Amino acid sequence: MLFSVLLMGCGGKEEKKKEGFSVERQKTATEQPIETPAASTAKASERIDLDSKGVGPITSLTLASEIDQAMAEKGKTVYEQMCTACHRIGKKFIGPAPNNILERRSPEWVMNMILNPEGMVKEDPLAKELLQEFNGAPMANQGLTEEQARAVLEYFRTL
Amino acid sequence: MKKFSYLLMSIMGLALISSCNNQSKGAANGALSSSAAEKVYVAPGEHDEYYAFISGGFSGQLSVYGLPSGRLFKVIPVFSQDAEKAWGYNEETKPMLNTSHGFVPWDDAHHPDISQTNGELDGRFVFINGNNTPRIAKIDLTTFETTEIIEVPNSAGNHSSSFVTENTEYVVAGTRFSVPVPQRDMPIKDYKGNFKGALSFISVDPEEGHMDIKFQLLMPGFDYDLSHPGRGKSHGWFFFTTYNTEEASSLLEVNASQNDKDFIAAVNWKKIEEYVNNGGGTKMPANYAHNVYDDETHTATSTMKKEVLVVNPSDVPGAVYFLPTPKSPHGCDVDPSGEYIVGNGKLSADLTVHSFTKMLAAIDGKKFDGEAYGIPILKFEDVLAGTVKSGGLGPLHSEFDAEGNAYTTFFISSEVVKWKLGTWEVVDRQPCYYSVGHLMIPGGNSRKPFGKYVVAMNKITKDRYLPTGPEVTQSAQLYDISGEKMELLLDFPTIGEPHYAAGIAADIVKARSRKIFNLTENKHKYAATSDADVRIERNGKEVHIYMTMIRSHFNPDNIEGIKVGDKVYFHVTNLEQDYDVPHGVSMIGANTSELLIMPGQTETFVWEPKQVGVWPFYCTDFCSALHQEMQGYVRVSPADSDLDLSWSLGD
Repeated sequence: MLFSVLLMGCGGKEEKKKEGFSVERQKTATEQPIETPAASTAKASERIDLDSKGVGPITSLTLASEIDQAMAEKGKTVYEQMCTACHRIGKKFIGPAPNNILERRSPEWVMNMILNPEGMVKEDPLAKELLQEFNGAPMANQGLTEEQARAVLEYFRTL
Repeated sequence: MKKFSYLLMSIMGLALISSCNNQSKGAANGALSSSAAEKVYVAPGEHDEYYAFISGGFSGQLSVYGLPSGRLFKVIPVFSQDAEKAWGYNEETKPMLNTSHGFVPWDDAHHPDISQTNGELDGRFVFINGNNTPRIAKIDLTTFETTEIIEVPNSAGNHSSSFVTENTEYVVAGTRFSVPVPQRDMPIKDYKGNFKGALSFISVDPEEGHMDIKFQLLMPGFDYDLSHPGRGKSHGWFFFTTYNTEEASSLLEVNASQNDKDFIAAVNWKKIEEYVNNGGGTKMPANYAHNVYDDETHTATSTMKKEVLVVNPSDVPGAVYFLPTPKSPHGCDVDPSGEYIVGNGKLSADLTVHSFTKMLAAIDGKKFDGEAYGIPILKFEDVLAGTVKSGGLGPLHSEFDAEGNAYTTFFISSEVVKWKLGTWEVVDRQPCYYSVGHLMIPGGNSRKPFGKYVVAMNKITKDRYLPTGPEVTQSAQLYDISGEKMELLLDFPTIGEPHYAAGIAADIVKARSRKIFNLTENKHKYAATSDADVRIERNGKEVHIYMTMIRSHFNPDNIEGIKVGDKVYFHVTNLEQDYDVPHGVSMIGANTSELLIMPGQTETFVWEPKQVGVWPFYCTDFCSALHQEMQGYVRVSPADSDLDLSWSLGD
């Protein structure tokens, strides 16, 4: 019932007319690397840095080769409760999609970003750049426990 | 510790000397004021040493100040609607202001009192009375929000309230105006002998703190002005000042001042409690509201109660006595030991102090001086401990320090007078600017006063502040009482009329102060605790929007399919789980206030769109760098439109 309402609501939208004005405006961040040359031609969100552990309570974390499904399930629940307001699976939303995050970041970095977002955007260079890339929308500290953050990380491994 | 060393310094008189070194500008009393400035200076980022809960009087609210700085932290809405916080405007809190007379959006908030355990302040709750439409409210000091309000039946001008017993067994509410009980249509001139004064003992659940009227004592038709509990040796008793023992119903200014002495009523509530527990008392029909706010549903419910247990004092022999007390006494104050009961005879120059020990002896000896409506009157001389010949005029209210001193305000002579318990000698007096009413020493109504400061609350300020037209600010004044002489440190403006106050060491309260509401504990009927719950449902003309908010967007932020004539409920949940990240929301043309929603909380406002168009809503509390982007639109179609509901975010 609800879904059909949703679908109908989406139908019959106005055609894409080019009304009003538009400015050919491009973001300069990707084109003119000002601060860091070389590597930073890639967006911060796409860059790969598996060495940095970020800033926060997690200094060392080794992942087992097998995914802990039970923990991942718990992590999924926490993620859906606490994170989906800004993060969506498979697409950029307010913040980046978490898919394949461990191919780009260390597990410590990911957990520190969840547990200590204020500290990260102040002190971690990559987190600082990410804040800019995502329009200055700060990652909210959702008050997760370390155990919850660890479970969310395990869930990310399943994506 | 730092504060403690200040205390030591001032005792040793060093503060004065050291302040001389810091002298800069040559004010006439420069040395003194420099010292005073240091004593009230709380450096940026530092915390005050005490909380002061100062009632707003006719504002209906309770304000939270820090001492010694006099800085205002919060105005807690209690009995009056507050658009800033949506109190009494949002759907969740409207039931809090329900009464047997319907929705009453204002009251006259008078006497805050902090809950106690073993006669010491425990910092769990503040109770406060609404005078006009008799109510007692409870403020929870984990959230600093009003979480319960109970109406008091058979009462009118609920003034000798809301004081707690030594273990918060009861919060007590006495009527100022006597009325027919039960209310009925009768000539006013038949007041005498027919009206009753109800003294209500409201039990407080030891765990949850829920209030329930245990019994009402139906006393003679006097005016019951103020009250205080016995403590220590007098625990189990409660004392009420009375005036208008003449039982006048007109021109009380003259007619209620005829008797040379009125009474302090001494009520042995333990005895009555036992009587009631054994089946005593009469259940009489009543109609009064009991309103409870739940921190998990974030919603208040109002229940009408239909019965109250009343007790006739003559049915419980030995439970109530009258202590003759001169000149229409106002304040009725009990010292930290529980021995002395101070009657502040407001039309007198002197204070009358009764002895609890002597009172018991007089009762034992049955030395009565007659009776009033079956209640024995004790002989004045038999219960009198002493008289304070103050030299002032119009004593109103006394509080105590831990060193055996009392501090009394004098309204007419506008001063605070310090005197010694036992010797009754006046030690010091300091002027108030102007016309002081009540005063407060943190813990000054308990077994353990903190005794470092006294706050005097003034009725008139006249020239003390920059003028603001005919209506000028009211104010409080802070005195250092750590030395032999009191020292005026600070004037600070207050909200409404600063009627009365209660204070407590900040350390007892601040560690328990809540930071957020847990989303996982949110049981609001219309909560959307994650984006998966976001939806809009239509039920005829009623539309419910389950909306979320987080830095810095609403979900949904585009809504279509609303029609003129709909009643649209915005149920908005703040998904933040971080300290101090509230969001607000308001809708153009909504006939209500904004919502101010704390992390993890859900609140609801109603919008009844009257005009076709596309109407924005936005976040009203600056929440992030993208606060100005936190906005959305609702499309409103004509009443007969067949456009279906739809909603989206970012599509």
